[in-house]
Parts: sequence; C-alpha cells; structure tokens
Amino acid sequence: MGSLFPVRGGVHPDYRKGLTSEKAIVAMAMPELLYLPLQQHVGAPAQLLVAAGERVRKGQMLARCDGAISAPLHAPTSGLIKDIAEITAPHPSGLAQTTVVLEPDGLDEWTNLPEPIPDPLNADPQVIRERVANSGIVGMGGAVFPAAVKLNLGSQYKIETLLVNGAECEPYVTCDDRVMREYASEVIDGARIMAHVMGAAKIIVGIERNKPQAIEAMTKAAAPYAEITVIGVPAQYPMGYAHELILATTGRETPAGKRTAEVGVVAYNVGTTRAIDHAVRLGRPLISRVVTVSGGTVREPGNIVVPIGARVADVIAFCGGLTSQPARLINGGPMMGQPLPSLDVPVVKGTAGILALAASEVNDAPESPCIRCGSCVDACPCGLVPVEMAAYIRKDNLQGAARLGVGDCIGCGSCSWVCPSHIPLVQYFQYANGVLSDQERERRKNARTKSLAEAHAHRLEKVAAAKAATQAARKGAPSHTPTDKASA
Amino acid sequence: MSTPGIGPSAPFTHAATNVQKTMVTVLLALVPATAFNLYLFGWPAILLFAVTIGACVAAEAICVALTDRPVQPTLLDGSAVLTGWLLAMSLPPWAPWWTGVLGAVFAIPLAKQAFGGLGQNVFNPAMVARVGLLISFPVVMTAWVVPHPLFAAGSPGLAEAIQITFGTGVPDGVSAASALGFVKTELTRGIPVSQSLPQVPDLMDMALGLRAGSLGETSVLLVLAGGLFLMARRIISWHTPVGMLGALFVMGTLFHAVNPERFTDGVFHLVSGASVLGAFFIATDYVTSPVSKPGQLIFGIGCGLLTWVIRTFAGYPEGVAFAVLLMNSLTPIIDQYTRPRRFGRSRDGEPLPAKRAP
Repeated sequence: MGSLFPVRGGVHPDYRKGLTSEKAIVAMAMPELLYLPLQQHVGAPAQLLVAAGERVRKGQMLARCDGAISAPLHAPTSGLIKDIAEITAPHPSGLAQTTVVLEPDGLDEWTNLPEPIPDPLNADPQVIRERVANSGIVGMGGAVFPAAVKLNLGSQYKIETLLVNGAECEPYVTCDDRVMREYASEVIDGARIMAHVMGAAKIIVGIERNKPQAIEAMTKAAAPYAEITVIGVPAQYPMGYAHELILATTGRETPAGKRTAEVGVVAYNVGTTRAIDHAVRLGRPLISRVVTVSGGTVREPGNIVVPIGARVADVIAFCGGLTSQPARLINGGPMMGQPLPSLDVPVVKGTAGILALAASEVNDAPESPCIRCGSCVDACPCGLVPVEMAAYIRKDNLQGAARLGVGDCIGCGSCSWVCPSHIPLVQYFQYANGVLSDQERERRKNARTKSLAEAHAHRLEKVAAAKAATQAARKGAPSHTPTDKASA
Repeated sequence: MSTPGIGPSAPFTHAATNVQKTMVTVLLALVPATAFNLYLFGWPAILLFAVTIGACVAAEAICVALTDRPVQPTLLDGSAVLTGWLLAMSLPPWAPWWTGVLGAVFAIPLAKQAFGGLGQNVFNPAMVARVGLLISFPVVMTAWVVPHPLFAAGSPGLAEAIQITFGTGVPDGVSAASALGFVKTELTRGIPVSQSLPQVPDLMDMALGLRAGSLGETSVLLVLAGGLFLMARRIISWHTPVGMLGALFVMGTLFHAVNPERFTDGVFHLVSGASVLGAFFIATDYVTSPVSKPGQLIFGIGCGLLTWVIRTFAGYPEGVAFAVLLMNSLTPIIDQYTRPRRFGRSRDGEPLPAKRAP
C-alpha cells in the first residue's frame, strides 16, 4: 500500500455494485449478426478493407488506421460480410454511421494471427507499439483514445509512472472489478509490458477500497515485482477520472489543459492493459470486451464477454431479458454514461456497461429553484462554482460562465447528483461549452478572413504605390505633395 | 431535438435529496426549542406563532398566485413556513397579532417575492421583517415578559390569551426587560456592568430559557441541540456558527478583560439574545449566505463582530438581525473572493507550471 493524497470534492452515490460484483465473467453466445461501426475510437474513422459478400476469419482486419489518431477494426468471429451500411450508432444523437454487418458462420475460425512477441519485456518498444496499433486497442474505460498513440507519449515526455486505473468509480459497473479478480496476472503482465515501452520505472495500480477482493488479487499478482505498488483509494466518485486518481496516488496535479504525461504519469484502464497483454503475448486483436449488464429491470444481471458489434438487444436477451419497461437505458455508468437511442445499437469497444434502470433507481424529480445551498461547490472535483456558472448560463451570459471556468468542467455529474433542487447542471455546462466552442471556431474563422482581407488590401496598396512611383519617374519630376503618397 | 427515450443527459441517478426535505429537517431542528418555549410563554405565544406562520404562508400563496406560478409546489417547498417560524421566534412572545401579519408582509412580498422568490432574495426575509418591525414599533417589539408556563398559576388561559394577542396587549406590570436590554439601560444610567450583571438571571437559567426574551432567544441549550442536529445531518457545516460565535466570544472576552466595568463578558454574549439561534439558523440561511466553506467562515466571523459592535456601542441592545442583514449585503462579494482553486490551476486561474515531484 502506498501513500495517499487528498483530492477535492466528490460524492458518494449509491454504488449498487452488488447486483453483479459476485457474478463471474461469462461469454455470451455468438449472435446472428454483428454490427461493427468504423469509428469506435477518438480520431479518424478506420478505412474499410473489405467489401460486402467477402468471407472473413476471426481476428482479420476489416478496416485499417486512417491517419495519426485512429484505430483499426477486426472481425470478432469468422463469417460473411453481409453488408456495409449506414446504421444507427450507439450515440445519443441517434445518427447513422458506416457499419460493417457481419454474419457469423458458427465456425469461429481464427485468421493467421501475428506471432507472439518473444520476451516483450526486453523487446524493441517500437515493435510493441506497432503491435498495439495493429490490434485496434483503445482506452476501454470509456475514453476510447487509441492506446498506441498514448504509448508514443514515452518518446515525447519522460514518463516515470504507469498508472493502472482500477478505480471503477461508476455505480453498477463491475467489469473492471471482475477482470482484476479473475485475470489479475494478465493485467499486471500487460502493465509491465507498457511500462517497458514507455520507459516508466514505476507502476501504480489504483483501486477503490470498495473492491477488496480485486485489491487482494492484484496485490498477489504484483507481489513478485518490486516496481509495482497496489494502492487502495477511497471510494469517492469520480476517483476513476485519471487526473483525480493520479493526484490521489502520486500527489501530482496535472496542469489545466495539459496531458497527464506532463507530470510524468500515464494512466490505462485495466481492460486496456489486459487487451494489450493479449495482443503482445497471443497476437490477438481487440474483438470482444467484458460488459456489465445491470439495473433493476434486467432479469439476470452479470458481467458478460460480448463480441464487439453484438446488438444491445442480444446482450440483454442473453441476460434473461427485461422484467419491465426501463425508465432509462444507458451506455456506460449512471453518472457519466450516454442514453442509448435504442436496443438495436451495437456494443462497441468503449461500452463498459449496459444499464436498464427502473424508475426507483433514477430518482428523478422536477427541477425547482436553486436555494444556493453550495452542495455543488463542495462536490465539484474541479474546484468550480456550479451555482454561479449556472446562473450566468441561465441569463445566456456564456462569457461569464467561461470566465468562471466552465471549460474546465469534466462532466462528472457530481453537482447534478447532489443538487437538492434537481437542476441538470451538467447539461447546462455541456450546452455552454458547445456554444462557446462554436463561437470560438467562428471567431477564428473571422480572424483568419480578416487577416487575409488585410493582406489582400495591403498587396493592392503596394501595387498602387509602385504604379504611382513609376508614373512619377516617367514624368521626370518627383512629387512634392506628401498627401499624394498617403492616398496612394 | 430530443428523440423519444433519450431524455436529459447524465447523471441518471440522484442523491435522495430535495428542497422540501432540507426545509423539513431545519423545521425539525427547531421543534424542541420552539415546543419548550411555547410551553414557557403559554397561550399568547402559541397564538402569535400560529398567526405569524399562517400569515407568511398566505402571503406566499397570494404572491405566487398573482404572478401565475403554481401555488401548491411553492408552498410545499416549506420555505414560507420556515420564514414564518423564524420570524415568530424573533418576536416578543406576547406581542399583538398584527406584528406577525405585518412581519409576514415585510418578509414574504417585500424581502423575498419582490426579488423573484425562493433563492433570489438578497436579505434574510425573517430578519428583514424583524428589523422592519423593531424600527417601526420599538415599544411593542421590546415588550418582553418573563415566562408564564402553560397551566401554571397566574398564566393566562386561552380566553385571556386571545385578549392579549388580539386585544389589549401585554397587561400592565407583566413586561420585563431582556438581559441585554437591562444591562444596556443600566449602562446608560451610569451603572457599570459589574453591578448590573449580577441582577440578570444566572447563566444556567439563561441557558435553559427561564428568562425574558423572544422564543428563539431563550433556552439556548435546546436551540444549540437543534443546530448540532443540523450539523449531524449535514444540512449546515461548522463554518458559519463557529465563525459567528467564536468572533462574538473572542470580542466579548477580550474587551471584558480590558474593562469589566464597561463590557460584558464572552459567555454572557453567547447565552444572551439571539446569538445561538442566529449562528445556527439565521446566518446559515443558504440563500443569503456565501456558497463556499471559506466564505461561510468569513461570513460567520463578520456576523459575530458586527453583533458585538452593535450590542456594545449602538442604540439597540441586540444586534444579531442587523449584523446578519449587513453581512447578507456582502455575500456576493465574499462569494467572488472565496471561489475554490480550480484543478490544475493556480489561485489566479492560470494553468499550473508543469513541474514534477522529486
């Protein structure tokens, strides 16, 4: 156990992890169809390598990286590419996205996987980075940032510590808990490989103390390695936010608007670490993930290994279906998750949880006037003053909100959760940040237009001046009136 | 542009809190002190208490109805009841019915609804009402009585109480001075504190409430118990009460040590007047006090200092209401200067330098 540093704010929501925390991870049966969107990560969508009608094998690359920040996509099983279609993505916008529709053939036949990297802890970091990049691994805690791009940070910054993020502070979600309990050695091995790639001398595993079995399993798996410290951190939402967990475990505060690498720390979710271990040791790309399926209306909640692309409806059917109409259907946790537009959207690489909550769990209430109780100020982990920012936004004074730091809001929802008046504060801030970034884009565009116009006018002036000078020279007499020059 | 089934953004779960629960908890905390004092001051106090709360609720209902807002949810939030309750606790227990009604007019339409209703008012409504009444009707508002417990010999029955509250007022020869008022009057007559103080009820009687004063000023111990209950329920934090009582105590003790003939001591300041009620129930009013903890501490200290200054040097024997109102006006400024430091930024809002721990 290492030392702990105090962090600001935070709340203690009703965790309700007991619904699934004792349910061992089980794999679901392969559904009839898989829907694989080309963009399941931050950055550019992957570029298609296959066409409809083609047969693919399990682990075969279906779409490749496009540009510096992107991630490829692989077939979760063998089968037939039935279609390349525009299909509703698991995003609250409900917008469609280019999606590969794969019909499994039931053979589950592997493609020729790349060879395991021998002795990865002494291998050339570049070889491992390439392997991770080709395996389509993204941040599986929900950030879905391409893991290989993050591994490159080792060449730009001096990384001292690799932080394995096992905080899992979202209520209900227990997939990381189960992964740590059941596959601790894989998580630890992956972390050691990544620490080697980034040149980090130390590894810290941060786990909230409401997961004692996970702490125990990880401590045991880490015991042979002196460079690894497993730290039990207070169960205090949003402890799983990387900046917060880094502050709690290392005492280092990441400067605003900077990467955590700036303070010598890079954080990875336990699922990501394990996926990297699989890619390096087994040559397997990311084609499935553990998803917590939970909530009061799910008949048999559990932690399920879901092939990427399985529809939410199929996953819920595997869990015995729903007992009643859910009040909310969520992709992720209840604090920061996204509402699911329908049950027909697929599970993607960033789906940690599928929650079907009953009305009693949502605890919804109509909004009432702010009584300035200050609970939101105490709860905010970012040191913001939600009550004041909301007042500005309500008056459409977005610049006022920006001055108070609305741009620093991480959207953790602590303020909304604690508000006795049930004011949707996070929604206010997301709205403000959306409009502010639009305005900023517009301002930049205008500034660019203006500077181009000025440069153009300046060029015209120069041309006119040159013309005037030649004419004056032709006349043989220089102009004596300075006003001529000024007007030229 | 919401698709059916999407609804608002996260979070999709919520703490089991609401405004009504908060208000009801505060009312619960006031029950022991109020019940005991209603018993001590008998039927006239009970009548005035009921009239004041009724008037505040009625005033709120009328204002809300006049502005076409839903009446029932507004009344159910409990804020008008709380305002009426606190106002009733600051009135002389045998004051006539119209003080409660006029107080309600000061508190609800003028101090609260004119600003936009719950959460919008700058000044504490109950204290605006108390100060408005005190300045307008100084004699009525300082006609204290010593306790006349319910059903005790010599206490007014219901019929007599109706006479007192709705008719002739406090009978002659019953009124008594509050401890703070007595000491102040004696001082103006040239009698030093050291001689006047032994004549007020002893500290124990003061603390229990066996003395003249308003419902909220007497029985300090029960008010304190209510305040500690609020702290235990995390409705309020220690910052405002400790700041206010601490400042009052320190000023009293210091000046008493320097000149005991002129200045009353710190403990006397704590148990007399509305110190404890003010510190736990008035100065902690969410709407009119700062939102951050450091701000609340500053606010509390300011209330304590001003209370001591007014009690000691001004014309009025009690200064809690004035002190709270003065500090209310400073709340926006205190808020502005006590914002927390933002994550990853220095106090002035600039990003932290990228330095590493060794």
